[in-house]
Amino acid sequence: MCDTCGCGQPDSPYTIKRPDEEIISQEKDNYSHHHTHEHDDEYNHHSHKIVIEQDILQKNNLIAERNRGYFEAKNVLALNLVSSPGSGKTCLIERTIKDLSKEINFFIIEGDQQTMLDAERIQKAGAPVVQINTGNGCHLDADMINKSIKKLEIVNHSVLIIENVGNLVCPSLFDLGESYRIVIISVTEGDDKPLKYSTMFYSSNLCIINKTDLLPHVDFDVKKCKESALRINHHLQLFEMSVKNGEGLENWYGWLREQYKKLL
Amino acid sequence: MHELSIAMNIIDIASEEAKVNNLSVIDEIEIEIGTLSGVEIDALKFAMEIATKKTILENSKTIITEIPGQARCLICSKEFVIDSFFAQCPECKQFNLQIIQGQELRVKSLNVY
Repeated sequence: MCDTCGCGQPDSPYTIKRPDEEIISQEKDNYSHHHTHEHDDEYNHHSHKIVIEQDILQKNNLIAERNRGYFEAKNVLALNLVSSPGSGKTCLIERTIKDLSKEINFFIIEGDQQTMLDAERIQKAGAPVVQINTGNGCHLDADMINKSIKKLEIVNHSVLIIENVGNLVCPSLFDLGESYRIVIISVTEGDDKPLKYSTMFYSSNLCIINKTDLLPHVDFDVKKCKESALRINHHLQLFEMSVKNGEGLENWYGWLREQYKKLL
Repeated sequence: MHELSIAMNIIDIASEEAKVNNLSVIDEIEIEIGTLSGVEIDALKFAMEIATKKTILENSKTIITEIPGQARCLICSKEFVIDSFFAQCPECKQFNLQIIQGQELRVKSLNVY
């Protein structure tokens, strides 16, 4: 059903497919877990209280940590790309693959509500990819990533790029097990984005400001945007670029190469 | 925010505890939601109404306590209440904060009367 207001079919499963795959395997969240914890039962004549003190997102976070362990064991740099729809995530991934595939092994997980369109683009760009279609879902979660990486057959020492569903709100809550979370905005979106979506900027490690080739045509104050972003999260590493004309890409590639080297 | 997903996780936690403690009825469930958690409390209440149907929490009362946001200034150590990540220290006017409270998303307890 719609994850925000509850309308529609209950329990709509999500699907995970490679571009060439015929069979659609429908997944349901199906994680078994064992947890032990102590609770104090306060007994009185009329009632008792079972103290739980459990994080609501514990299930997701435990699977995220398992993903994280898998990435560490295989020397994989896992990047979670988050943004509004249309900021240029897929173009950035395509361009990065095309420019760096001789130096770096790339594996991609694409996330969208519907269609294989992004996965097909990535396949053309030359990297192994699976597409998660969430149906009505508005974010990827750790369980979806856990199932996807099993389909991808990631090799040791590589970079996994996860393109999250285009949404600056919901993905902020869901740890996927990534090494770094990268929030991307484009100059057509307004320089007040970090203030409006502070939860996402707070939870990210890198911030990419894309489409700088359009700056002459829009009222976007890059300095103001960067200052706002750093006020929300002073640990953010900032990059400005135009994937279209290549401006600023070398800084991004420099960062990527450095992280890739550090894996070993 | 993604409140229905949060509601379903709450129900899972309550169902697990009900099994472990052999409960057939839960009268109240107490939840703590921080103002900086990214969860909208009214939306969560609505989501709980829908999601709890035909579950152990169907007739339970959901008690939600809102935990206020609090930050510590990393420059002058002042601690103060905040309602967003974009907050200024009232003492030294800097924007260099550590969030020390307000991101909680917790099932606190189940009450049976």
